[in-house]
Amino acid sequence: MPELTLVEAVNLALARAMADDADVVVLGEDVGVNGGVFRATAGLQRRFGPERVVDTPLAELLISGLCVGMAAQGLKPVGEIQFMGFLYPCIDQLVNHASRLRHRTQGRLTCPMVLRTPYGAGIRAPEHHSESTEVMLAHIPGLRVVVPSSPERAYGLLLAAIRDPDPVVFLEPTRIYRAVKGEVEDDGEALPLDVAFVLREGRDVTLIAWGAMLKETLAAADALAEEGIAAEVIDLATLKPYDEETILASVAKTGRCVIVHEAARTAGFGAEIAALIAERGLLSLLAPVARVTGYDTIVPLPRLEQHYLPSVDRVMAAARKVVGFG
Amino acid sequence: MDDTPGSGQDLPVIARFEVRRRSYLAPDGAPLRALPSFASDLDLLLALYRGMVLTRTFDLKAVALQRTGRLGTYAVSLGQEAVSIGVASAMGEADVLLPSYRDNAALLWRGVKMEEILLYWGGDERGNCSSGPPHDFPFCVPVGSQAPHAAGVAYAFRLRKEPRVAVCLFGDGATSKGDVWEAMNFAGVWKLPLVFVANNNQWAISVPLKLQTASATLAQKAIAAGFAGEQVDGNDVLAVRAAAEEAIAVARAGGGPRLIEAVTYRLGDHTTADDAARYRPPEEVQARWKEEPIARLRSYLVSRKAWGKSQEEQLAAECQERVEAAVERYLATGPRAPQTMFDHLYAELPAVYAGQRQELEQASDA
Repeated sequence: MPELTLVEAVNLALARAMADDADVVVLGEDVGVNGGVFRATAGLQRRFGPERVVDTPLAELLISGLCVGMAAQGLKPVGEIQFMGFLYPCIDQLVNHASRLRHRTQGRLTCPMVLRTPYGAGIRAPEHHSESTEVMLAHIPGLRVVVPSSPERAYGLLLAAIRDPDPVVFLEPTRIYRAVKGEVEDDGEALPLDVAFVLREGRDVTLIAWGAMLKETLAAADALAEEGIAAEVIDLATLKPYDEETILASVAKTGRCVIVHEAARTAGFGAEIAALIAERGLLSLLAPVARVTGYDTIVPLPRLEQHYLPSVDRVMAAARKVVGFG
Repeated sequence: MDDTPGSGQDLPVIARFEVRRRSYLAPDGAPLRALPSFASDLDLLLALYRGMVLTRTFDLKAVALQRTGRLGTYAVSLGQEAVSIGVASAMGEADVLLPSYRDNAALLWRGVKMEEILLYWGGDERGNCSSGPPHDFPFCVPVGSQAPHAAGVAYAFRLRKEPRVAVCLFGDGATSKGDVWEAMNFAGVWKLPLVFVANNNQWAISVPLKLQTASATLAQKAIAAGFAGEQVDGNDVLAVRAAAEEAIAVARAGGGPRLIEAVTYRLGDHTTADDAARYRPPEEVQARWKEEPIARLRSYLVSRKAWGKSQEEQLAAECQERVEAAVERYLATGPRAPQTMFDHLYAELPAVYAGQRQELEQASDA
């Protein structure tokens, strides 16, 4: 099996989906001849033609709105927004149309679209290229929000997103686009869209993360093991809907939980998970739930962004604290 | 002549554009020029007339229902019936309509039932699961946001080489939004089979056209997107129908998009939640009643001896009867179980939300 980077796995899944289904159309800024600014769509236009790999005008609202119209007509559009910082004009289309077309027509029209976008800090990018505002999307009923954290899961989850009959926002962590490699078999197998992945089992503390933060979280788990702390690591992978049962089962086992995300703390998705545990897992807790997150400030420009991102040390410190509680 | 520095008078002109205006019937119904060929089909003209009268009867009843607490907020099309009817009558069944919230007439023409429209504005999503063509879009409430959908629909037709056309209606206010421009721009690049129709009723709630744009016409907004825009007298259903017929034929034949600006006037309030007297002098409205589309076509039909008092009375009674029957069916539509608000949220409700659905079911049983 070939070793691929995460962005290569995205490319492989797109190619697979397009080869399998003539209704799949890729559209976005620079996705055609240029193959995408991150190369996620490299080679697709040459293989599938400029009508199925569409270089759109520079208009994000348009891209999301086109996807809605195409999807209502039975195509399976996969739109690319070049960076999450440019996704906000699409919020109107996502909230007012994509997420509710099926509901407001009682199933008469549907919206099987995917909107992909790279997201997150840590690549020394210019301003507006580093935010993690996934929770804004996870708040929208009728939408699915998916975040891969490895090449294998990027491949399987993206195939699932494209095949899903409902709109999916697919957030690709830029920081690990090329930082992780893994074996990916191009078998066309999709992964489930509402199941979290237990990446490492442990009895002492549950560490929950998604996207690029799995890198620090897994490194922290390795280091904690050397200190005799056995951490269980969950890759949430799908934020909407999200897998409550895997979280609760793990916390029931460990009694301790640290949630790690790079988005700002207040009303971040970690708050949702902490609330879930408080509502349904309180009696299994042996320590307060801890959150290791980005700070409630603007993501700073590259000179300071490493100080903003949760580090291995911060994850370890939080884990030690909850394990040592009481 | 302007000879101030920088006025550019000595530079060559590299582009010139024209915008034409189409009208056939004067406000008194008198033909202004040779009529389009379909005007020889009297049955069609009568159908257009009936469609407009039915729409007005329906609208007035809907307002009455709202005033008596039996309907939610409702957007009347009073005075603008010719726009929706003229456009819808030029479409084929397989074409896709993407309407604004004021295009009741177009929906009715395309087979949506009156009770379904009432059901939607009466607060029930089932009204959108309507009897019109299943591929048509429902009313669009966020202004202009349906224009990119129209481009997506038209793109699908182009990709599949289907001889179908998307027809997108919006108001003058929508032309100020990026949504409409982004859709027109894309439609121009890809020569999409798409007809944009701007219903220029002069008012976006309380904001008059002169505060909406400095553009001499809305039609000319198409020129920047690389295709033709035409202004039509939107109170002349023959002009609207002829312009739509031509634009749809061109689009279907691969000639790309067009923009039709239908100039009309909103004789009523913006919606039942609005009071236009707050911002619009009654004399202005009164003057515009002289141009309204139904009386205009009636005058023409009368002049052709195709219409008279007895037919008018019969039609009024028939429309009244149809509307009353639809209202009865609407009012007789039973409520849905509260937990059905989870139906059609996703193709299959994710297991994680089953508990909330159950919670609601139990709460509403109690």
